[in-house]
Amino acid sequence: MKGYIVLENGDIFSGQFIGEERTDVFGEAVFFTGMTGYQEVATDPSYRGQIVIFTYPFIGNYGVHPGKDQSEEWHPRALVMGECASDGYHYQSEETLASHAEKVGVPILTDVDTRALVKTIRKSGAMGAVMTTDPDTVVWNHYTSIEEKPLVNEVSTSETETHGSGDTHIVLVDFGHKKAMVDALCAHGAKVTVVPFDTDLKTIQAFAPDGLLLTNGPGNPKQLEEQLPEIKAAIMQYPTFAICLGHQLIALAFGGDTSKLKFGHRGANQPVLEKASGRVDMTAQNHSYVVDKASLEGTDLVVTHVNVNDDSVEGLAHKRLPIKSVQYHPEANPGPEDSQHLFLTIFQMIAEEKEVTIHA
Amino acid sequence: MPKKTSLRKILVLGSGPIVIGQAAEFDYAGTQACLALREEGCEVVLINNNPATVMTDDTCADKVYFEPLTLASLQSVLEKERPDGLLATMGGQTGLNLALAAHESGILERFGTELLGTPMSSIQQGEDREAFRSLMQALHEPVPESTIVTTSAEAVTFAAEVGYPIIVRPAYTLGGGGGGIAKDEAELETIVTGGLEASPIEQCLVEKSIAGFKEIEYEVMRDANDTCITVCNMENIDPVGIHTGDSIVVAPSQTLSDDDYQRLRSASTKVIRALGIVGGCNIQFALDPYSDQYYLIEVNPRVSRSSALASKATGYPIARLAAKVGLGYGLHELKNPVTAHTYASFEPALDYAIVKFPRWPFDKFMDADRTLGTQMKATGEVMAIERNMQAALQKAVRSLEINLDGLKWPGVDEMAAADLEAALTNADDRRFFYILELMRREYTSEHLAVITSIDRFFLDHFQRLIAGEKRAEATSFAELEREQLATFKKDGFSDHWLSTCWGMEEAELRDYRFREGIIPAYHIVDTCAGEFEAETPYYYSTYSGRDEVSVNDHKPGILLVGSGPIRIGQGIEFDYCSVNGAQAVKELGYEAIMMNNNPETVSTDYETADKLYFEPLTAEDVIHVAEREQVEGVLLQLGGQTSIALTEALEDAGLKLYGASFDVIDQLEDRGRFYNFMQKAHIPHIPGQTGVDAEDTMAKARDIGYPVLLRPSYVIGGQGMSIFTSEQALQAYVEAEDNRIAYPILIDAYFAGKELEVDVITDGSNVYIPGIFEHIEKAGVHSGDSIAITPPYDLSDTHKRQIVTYAEKMARQLDFVGPFNIQFVLSEGTLYVIEINPRASRTVPIFAKASGNNLIEQAVQLLLGYDWVQVFGDKRGLAPETSYYAVKAPVFSTEKLPGLDPLLGAEMTSTGELLSFGETKEEAMKQAFAWKDGQMPAIYEKTGSIFYHIAGGQQAACEPVLKALEDMGFTLYNTETYAFDDWLEEENGLLYISIPSAGSREFASERLAAERSRKMIVTDPKTLHELVEARSNKHEVRAAETWKQLDLADEKV
Repeated sequence: MKGYIVLENGDIFSGQFIGEERTDVFGEAVFFTGMTGYQEVATDPSYRGQIVIFTYPFIGNYGVHPGKDQSEEWHPRALVMGECASDGYHYQSEETLASHAEKVGVPILTDVDTRALVKTIRKSGAMGAVMTTDPDTVVWNHYTSIEEKPLVNEVSTSETETHGSGDTHIVLVDFGHKKAMVDALCAHGAKVTVVPFDTDLKTIQAFAPDGLLLTNGPGNPKQLEEQLPEIKAAIMQYPTFAICLGHQLIALAFGGDTSKLKFGHRGANQPVLEKASGRVDMTAQNHSYVVDKASLEGTDLVVTHVNVNDDSVEGLAHKRLPIKSVQYHPEANPGPEDSQHLFLTIFQMIAEEKEVTIHA
Repeated sequence: MPKKTSLRKILVLGSGPIVIGQAAEFDYAGTQACLALREEGCEVVLINNNPATVMTDDTCADKVYFEPLTLASLQSVLEKERPDGLLATMGGQTGLNLALAAHESGILERFGTELLGTPMSSIQQGEDREAFRSLMQALHEPVPESTIVTTSAEAVTFAAEVGYPIIVRPAYTLGGGGGGIAKDEAELETIVTGGLEASPIEQCLVEKSIAGFKEIEYEVMRDANDTCITVCNMENIDPVGIHTGDSIVVAPSQTLSDDDYQRLRSASTKVIRALGIVGGCNIQFALDPYSDQYYLIEVNPRVSRSSALASKATGYPIARLAAKVGLGYGLHELKNPVTAHTYASFEPALDYAIVKFPRWPFDKFMDADRTLGTQMKATGEVMAIERNMQAALQKAVRSLEINLDGLKWPGVDEMAAADLEAALTNADDRRFFYILELMRREYTSEHLAVITSIDRFFLDHFQRLIAGEKRAEATSFAELEREQLATFKKDGFSDHWLSTCWGMEEAELRDYRFREGIIPAYHIVDTCAGEFEAETPYYYSTYSGRDEVSVNDHKPGILLVGSGPIRIGQGIEFDYCSVNGAQAVKELGYEAIMMNNNPETVSTDYETADKLYFEPLTAEDVIHVAEREQVEGVLLQLGGQTSIALTEALEDAGLKLYGASFDVIDQLEDRGRFYNFMQKAHIPHIPGQTGVDAEDTMAKARDIGYPVLLRPSYVIGGQGMSIFTSEQALQAYVEAEDNRIAYPILIDAYFAGKELEVDVITDGSNVYIPGIFEHIEKAGVHSGDSIAITPPYDLSDTHKRQIVTYAEKMARQLDFVGPFNIQFVLSEGTLYVIEINPRASRTVPIFAKASGNNLIEQAVQLLLGYDWVQVFGDKRGLAPETSYYAVKAPVFSTEKLPGLDPLLGAEMTSTGELLSFGETKEEAMKQAFAWKDGQMPAIYEKTGSIFYHIAGGQQAACEPVLKALEDMGFTLYNTETYAFDDWLEEENGLLYISIPSAGSREFASERLAAERSRKMIVTDPKTLHELVEARSNKHEVRAAETWKQLDLADEKV
């Protein structure tokens, strides 16, 4: 049936809803430029509360595959696209994207001029949006912006889980992690204990980890301000690697600041320059917030990676402690695997730390 | 890394004349590279003997050598120029092979020339089968198992190891002849035994078959700093088994999951890093549709046809950036010219569909084997961009110019389903259309997927086309609702087809659409799916979305219509004309707006004109752009027959055209009107009449007198032309059931005289003629297939003057401004006009290169209103002759097209042409015959035996040459002295002379046999004469500029 996405600025784009009539759905409208990976996007907790617009016009072509979900749930409030494939054209496909979305209750709006929509967001910035069948009756006070919304508690694990059985024990502090992170750590020989985002230092110490991984997650890092002292205490004690939201929290913990990008980086082609080698990797990204470069002055953090396009901060390292972080997603899924090697960083930091301890 | 400042002077290798598999894409790559190098302050020296190219313009290179692509030429140029660097990865396989030979001979080292970009060791590793295989093994990257066998037992042993099916490829056979796919041991034995017999070296490559796998390509770039990006990936709709050049291809891949995509992407970057490539590289994969298994099929360590396609598909200029990376830059130091504020170290994101469709020559070569396989047969290709797959496919089909209305191949509806199915398993160029026909007959995608191995994703999209077709046929214009029409347009149906379907005038439907606001919007190709602001005006039309065009209010726009896909008779020369036209239009202060659909070309580089519209070139598409841009007018003279053919429709649509009205063009192209015009102008023309049916044709032929030439009007490349020397021969032809004659047909007298050709520019009263080309072969051989030389070596001043007089007369009596081309035959002292082409011609770029006359620039100036004196000053008539000779010679791709008779005739068969210079005619001729290493006439390299079949009437003309050959030490055989089949086996059999009587195709089976045995074949007494006479000539390598200076020096004397 005919449907609309209405933006906070009043712009209206029409399309066709897949499935039955539904009540209005609110979210922050953001766009994803990757040409594959819709299933991973839909199950990435960082998209919590957002309406994801796919710039690539053909979505769903290869269906939904077993084992590719990045979490238990679908997180975006809705998906907006040009066409949604009528079948899953792939030997691994178990279900079409449309039927799965229907099952999990996430509306899909197709036949949308996504290019014009994306250009509007590019010009005016990410903003609130509503998916509706009647643009005249939208009531905006149903909408809370991402900035003001605590989202991490909705996606973080409530219980402790353990994966893998390696010798190196890593505690993964879950702000809304993607499964591929756990997989990558296990593949490199780790035992991974996933703990809730608000786990205190004592509890972490009780696991006797070799190192920590702070994960990605949805929303504004400043929503977690209260927790910064606990986070700082933990990371100062253990070799720590952090990704995305985790990276932003490290900056905040050490006195840096974060701000919101106009429309974020979401896709599979963000070029990141590693300053030490001069080499550029293609990275998978999904973030609205970014660490302010200027705010790092006088802190103990140094910028190790920058975005080639807009020079934004993509990686940090602590000047003395074994703490490193990146804004992008080395676990890929979806996106290029160029930065997979970064998962070795945590193991290297742990190994060096052990050596220091032994020699000391 | 900053650029290397030691590289001041760079030698660039071109790819030479167009052959199948190596077409305009290397002019695009080469032009981009030359411009990029000059932008960096380098001096560019170029070797390329293809004159119909933009890269050989003096705006691209500082010095151009139109020299054979041989090691000897390269050595001379290195010695003369002492370049600091050599760029070898822009000239296709030809350039790469030449660089390899140079490296092996040590001359690069000797002259201190550094190879730019990808190091030689990488090229060798990519090219050498064994080295590549062992590298892949070291990287744990899978390659299909294969081995070389000389007995069928070896093949059977190999198959037992790797399993069936097995592909058998006999070594050195034409078009993979003698090979096949074996499903079991019995089949394998049969095929290998046959293959070994077919192979001149009795060798076969046997390979584990991966036919039916998805064929996926990645275009990868790497800089010396080890940054790697994949610009684009592409998926062949036709799975492995059909050459990618003959496959319908989409970009990006459509049926790969993110896992698949990234797995192949990671493999690509791993391989390019291991090879150490610096620049661009193409990697082809086969991916099992039912598992994760993939194989690396091929790595091309250079830019390629696919990289040109990827550049146009994404907007990312691979060749340009590869050249800069070759100078030492890192990708992150180079701006992405599309956005102008992001960098080249990123991967384009697309928000549209790309479809590439090959253009095959079988409309001309009806006797050639149309089957598609591992040997590429397409001469060109088109690309289409749209927001949905249906419309992209429709645009692609429309761009092919294969005389289809809509999606129905003529005659398919009469074929039995079983025959259509059979034709799908043995795929040929009509495969897509056969699939559509079976869909019309309710075949399901599932069923067709089993028959074709094409992914159901694509088949389901094809089904949408047929569903749309049926919906359109089931409705009428009277019942039509606005939204329905909008949907038909969204799905890409043309007004032409819809209006035919609904029995109305196309213009009526168009008017309705315009009133209802159902018009296309134009989107920008921006490399980034809208993420960043883009500055490059590179557009495509869509019925799904909002318009993004900004019309220039300050400058009037001129729309230039390009020439579409490369095909026989309409090659890269018209792209040269379009590009030069755009430059001239810009210089005159207009906004140059280019429209074309050929992804290989320079004209579709968004930096060529002020704006580029990548669109089909039908009247509907052109009118849309003209309306959207509110252009002042449309230039049709530069895009060959493609654009000229639009004259009537655009005129009817009320658009301003330049130079000539449809009536004037019709006056020249309609033979009946043409003869009347010539008679009125008192210019002798070849006597001719029009036959309306078989009987009438016979009667008119009798009137004219034999021999006669049959020709349809409005054709390019002499399609359907043939000569008949007797009433019996013509009778047999017109009565034959499969004669393919479309009446009315033109019957001309055939005068076997000397053929002459001129290009003329006129303002309607004055003429300028840059030179006269004298053809070597007699009239009757298509002008595109004959060797031509300028200045003429055997033409009296009287006749030269007469040519000018005739040209002036025509110009004055025609209401025409711009370039036109006249072909004459000089028979028994009388000069007759054969035909006039009211447009830029094949020879225009040759004059530009041979004597520096840029006719296109001058023509555009006249067309846009400059007067004669402003353009030419006091120049009129025939330009002074050069002191040196320039030869234009055709190049054929016959070896790629099994079954095609290499006999020269009235139908054009060559795919490309070359230019050579000499102080004497013989010197220039020799460079034309010996144009490339590996293509040397064997009689130039050694002595041996020659076999000849010469028809009675031709013997006298050949005798002196045969005598000369004997004197040179060759052994001559004919049927009386030796068995032809035995001679074919002889290693020392160097040349086959096969000259039938005029109009006859006798000895055809011998020619085909000689072709299979890779013997050089000469079929015309004049060609033979020149070949032999040029044999022992010496040649000095000189840049084009040096030749021109010699000329000036001569003039001063």
